[in-house]
Amino acid sequence: MSKHLVQTSSEAFASTEHPPMQWRLKRWMSKSQEIIVPWVFIFPSLLGITLFVIVPTLRGFYLSFTDSDLLSHANFIGLANYEKLIHDPQFWKSLGITIRYVLFNIPLQTVLALALALAMSRLTQSVLVRAIIFLPYLIPMLMVMLVWTTILHYDFGPINVLLQMIGGPNARIGFLNQQWIIPSIAMINTWRHVGYVALLFFAGLQTIPIELYEAAAIDGASEWRIFRSITLPLLRPVMVFVLITSVIGAFQVYDSVAVAAVPSGGPGDATRVIFWYITNLAFTRFNMGYAATVAVALFLISMAIAWINMHYFRAGSSDLAD
Amino acid sequence: MTPSSLNQARNNELKKSSSTGRVMAWGFLILWILITLFPLWWIVRMAFSTQRDLLGDPANLLPVNFTLDAFKRVLGLIPISEALAQGGFPKTLHFWLYLRNTFVVTVAMVFGGTVFNAMAAYAFARLKFPGRDKIFNLYMVALIMPTVLNLIPNFILIHQIGWVGTLQGIIAPSFLGSAFGVFFLRQFFLGINRDLEDAARLDGAGILGVFWHIIVPMSIPPILTVSILSFIDTWNNFQWPYFAGGMGTNESATVLTVGLAAFRAQQQSGLPDYTGMMAGTLISIVPIFVVFLALGRRAVDSIQFSGIK
Repeated sequence: MSKHLVQTSSEAFASTEHPPMQWRLKRWMSKSQEIIVPWVFIFPSLLGITLFVIVPTLRGFYLSFTDSDLLSHANFIGLANYEKLIHDPQFWKSLGITIRYVLFNIPLQTVLALALALAMSRLTQSVLVRAIIFLPYLIPMLMVMLVWTTILHYDFGPINVLLQMIGGPNARIGFLNQQWIIPSIAMINTWRHVGYVALLFFAGLQTIPIELYEAAAIDGASEWRIFRSITLPLLRPVMVFVLITSVIGAFQVYDSVAVAAVPSGGPGDATRVIFWYITNLAFTRFNMGYAATVAVALFLISMAIAWINMHYFRAGSSDLAD
Repeated sequence: MTPSSLNQARNNELKKSSSTGRVMAWGFLILWILITLFPLWWIVRMAFSTQRDLLGDPANLLPVNFTLDAFKRVLGLIPISEALAQGGFPKTLHFWLYLRNTFVVTVAMVFGGTVFNAMAAYAFARLKFPGRDKIFNLYMVALIMPTVLNLIPNFILIHQIGWVGTLQGIIAPSFLGSAFGVFFLRQFFLGINRDLEDAARLDGAGILGVFWHIIVPMSIPPILTVSILSFIDTWNNFQWPYFAGGMGTNESATVLTVGLAAFRAQQQSGLPDYTGMMAGTLISIVPIFVVFLALGRRAVDSIQFSGIK
């Protein structure tokens, strides 16, 4: 018996010495393998998703109904946090700043990425060009912000130096002051992410059948018409993916703000985006319950954006199948 | 037709279109390449400049009084007093320690994540077990879940285990993989021809054998895509390592991004050590550039691939 057990399954399969025993053994082994192995395969991943995504999300909802402060016992306080939220001027102000950031960031980034992807697919197959366009994404956000804050510096940033050379000593822009810091951060984030998005669009363009363009060319359609009627509709699946991920990401802007601005959300309160407010509540004031409430609000906004995108762009269908 | 030949044909087709349009498109592309490269050059330019003379010559496109002092300061090769005299930070940056921490965190997350993602993805794509589709729906929910709601509960969880301020606290949430990785690889595995697997099974290969000898070798490109993206994200991540690592208070759990950020905050009155920060930046992005260059075309293709599912 033990002799059989040490045999590998392929040897057992090939051997004809004791067919009934061999077969039963093999069937038993493969049967138990069929049952156990799938669970072994998904167990680590399922554990991770459950522990660090599913349960925390549920716990986040739960926390938003408590007065948790990380130290003492958390009390269930019903909708009190939500009532507070509605009357919290900082929340609405932060939401406004965040929306302003999204409105500066997303249209600029998406249009620029699309234009780059179109230009690349028309002009060059060079991997080098695509790699260069992508380079900024390899730089940590912190470093990106550090170098850009020096480039945009009021006194000795090269851009303001250049502006002064052209337009005299007063011709400079306070890119990092209270008024301009949010558009500046939106522009800097665009610089970092546009290459990644352009690569996604570029790959999407490659999937559009050339015949469609040939047919349009024969019909004498204008460039703009071809773009409107062929390119844009057929890019829709990629467009939905890009918009959902980038808009949700933009609403959660934090790293770049934390680096560009001072910890208090300055200059003034110009960079107190929602995520700043959440981390400020949670990690400076240890007001975990209320921080979770603000997080739930941001969560619901993100879900609404994803839903609107999916429905507006009919993500599930493709025009290629029509 | 392969994508490149397809594009070749498209290019030929469009060669006929207006040449002014092409010139404008080239102009736009070149302009953007310059905008992309200028800040990268500015990092290099400042890193090799002399700190004390930096502001005197803001219009100079080349390093101001070329020197390696900033690198020496960042790497702790010269005493504090000398660093101060150069206009540098008043404190030693434990650069190698931070680099080691970033390295440990990144390797653990990329390796663990990739292995566990691939295993789970294979189970969801090919193996049969009760509740499979219901469990996979859970992954779909996790996939679209914004991270904002997880930050605080995850921090509390790590806090309760007593892992705040440790490397394992930083690693834990991503070590077991991600919903995106599982979803992405599963989509790919579903497209692999079953015949090969069936043939291997008939030859007596077990599930593990099929997975390791057939699925994995055939899936190098998508596995690489997930790994490269996770490598970039992990190496560059700031938010989670900042909070889980103890907000920069614990040197042994401080990663590079957090270390350099804290270093910046420590500046005293007067000019921040810009040259030192840029030198640190430059050294810290070397590994990621090396990986990117070594993989070359494959890396670029992989990243493009991540949006098409």
